[in-house]
Amino acid sequence: MRKTQDLIPDYPIDLFSGGIYKHAILLGIGLVLFLLTQGCQNSHDGQASRDEQMQDTIRVVQYDETTGLVVADGIQLVKANCMNCHSPKLITQSRATKEGWEGMIRWMQAKHRLWDLGEHEATILEYLATHYAPEEGVGRRRQLEVEWYDLEL
Amino acid sequence: MDNMDIDLGTPSDDKSDKLRSNMQGRRSFLKASGSTILGAPMVFAMNFPTGLLPIGLVAEPAQQDIPGKDARLTVLNDRPINMETPPHLLDDRLTPGNLFFVRNNGIPPEVITGDVESTWKLTIGGEAAEQEMAFTLTDLKSTFTHHTYQLTLECGGNGRSEFNPPAKGNQWSTGAVGCASFTGVRLKDVLYHVGLKSSAIYIGYYGADKHLNGSDDTVISRGVPLDKALEDESLIAWAMNGQDLPPLNGYPLRLVFGGWPASCSGKWLTKIIIRDQVHDGPKMTGQSYRVPCDPVAPGSTVADEDMCIIQSMPVKSLITYPKTGGVISLEDTLPIRGHAWAGDLAVEIVDVSIDFGQTWQPCRLEKPANRLAWQHFKTSLSFPQKGYYEVWARATDSEDKSQPMILPGWNPRGYLNNACHRIAIKVT
Repeated sequence: MRKTQDLIPDYPIDLFSGGIYKHAILLGIGLVLFLLTQGCQNSHDGQASRDEQMQDTIRVVQYDETTGLVVADGIQLVKANCMNCHSPKLITQSRATKEGWEGMIRWMQAKHRLWDLGEHEATILEYLATHYAPEEGVGRRRQLEVEWYDLEL
Repeated sequence: MDNMDIDLGTPSDDKSDKLRSNMQGRRSFLKASGSTILGAPMVFAMNFPTGLLPIGLVAEPAQQDIPGKDARLTVLNDRPINMETPPHLLDDRLTPGNLFFVRNNGIPPEVITGDVESTWKLTIGGEAAEQEMAFTLTDLKSTFTHHTYQLTLECGGNGRSEFNPPAKGNQWSTGAVGCASFTGVRLKDVLYHVGLKSSAIYIGYYGADKHLNGSDDTVISRGVPLDKALEDESLIAWAMNGQDLPPLNGYPLRLVFGGWPASCSGKWLTKIIIRDQVHDGPKMTGQSYRVPCDPVAPGSTVADEDMCIIQSMPVKSLITYPKTGGVISLEDTLPIRGHAWAGDLAVEIVDVSIDFGQTWQPCRLEKPANRLAWQHFKTSLSFPQKGYYEVWARATDSEDKSQPMILPGWNPRGYLNNACHRIAIKVT
């Protein structure tokens, strides 16, 4: 349930350069549950029909035609506040946590005259952190998750 | 490994309305209270399969309740039970029964409490057998010579969790492997006793486990080519490390084929059939325990006819001491221990690296106790300066193949990940 990228075999998947279709993995848990359910409901029909069903139901993420941004709550605010200065590609090629995106906003405010986003900041951050979050496990090895302990030798 | 093959509880046509009304009740519950408990609306609650609870509502599995197994094992799935062993718990030269991983496809049979020796029957038959014969455990033990071998069993999907795009099924990390001392009779002695027709090319097994959907459907029925079946180390085993097999590992009788996907080594063994064709039982066909015959790009869809059955497992190793995450001092010398194995082959070399594979240091490597047993390695490391390190282990087999440092070839079901094992060490 960590990732849904295996459910989109009919999209071009570029593991290394961050192709735009990777955004499809950013679907919420609800869609994953939905897909699981589809699998269950077809559990007597065999693997092939399940896979077809998954491919049919995955085409939910839509991209804005002019910017390539994921169409979702907040996109209008992002376009209105961010695209004055820079290309949407600066967003679509980037991945960060909410804290990371907030840092970029603060930096643009400090160095590049970005205005105070006011009440819209929360919505914009939510949009960015949801649809342009860091992707776990991309590449050929993932980071080790470590709980440090004192090793007595 | 074929987790999506299981019936998650969707009512089939012949089930009663009771189940449906239960489902309605659960959905109402999910709609009414699930959101509150989860702290967020549960999207698609109406589609949530019956028989499951949202992850947010599931308590920690009561691992103490899994008979014969150490509570420190990682439970990946509790219906059917699938549990793996963290690497530092595999430090024993032979894996104790309570630490040995469990990969179940169905519900194990009730443990027989009566006179299992005379009541458990193994039938040998099939179209390429000269005759059909049945043996009690007493018959097997009294008719054939006993043999004991240390044999490595590894799930074909061990390491699946690292594949990307991810593969469905139990997300094994590194712990679906163990090596134990198995005692039984040679499969070949039994097969020759029954008689093989000249048409014999494969064997298939059947076990007493039950399908999750409650039907009499066969859960899993895999097998091996006759050549593998006739090897000295291929056993019909009743003991592991000198004791009865653990209930979850096949008590009272199982097959053991060291070095091949452990799904070949049928548990709760009741029947072996000698085939004049490649065995075609459940999980022999389609995409189960198969990889693309020719390498494919990550994320590819591969037709069934282009998938080939996995046979010998690839070379692999595990660092079993220390546990990952150790913090040591710059003046310390760090001992390293582990095991390495290579399917049907032997391991020739194990190296470790502390600089992300730029330089490698050879380990002392023991010869295997017997063919198909894992081999123990050790070395000690000192570190040039303070900081974060990863210790990587890389084994090389007798045909000069080494473990890759990145993931090996992607395959649709996520089998055969033998990328080198890594632990983290901090030097202060």
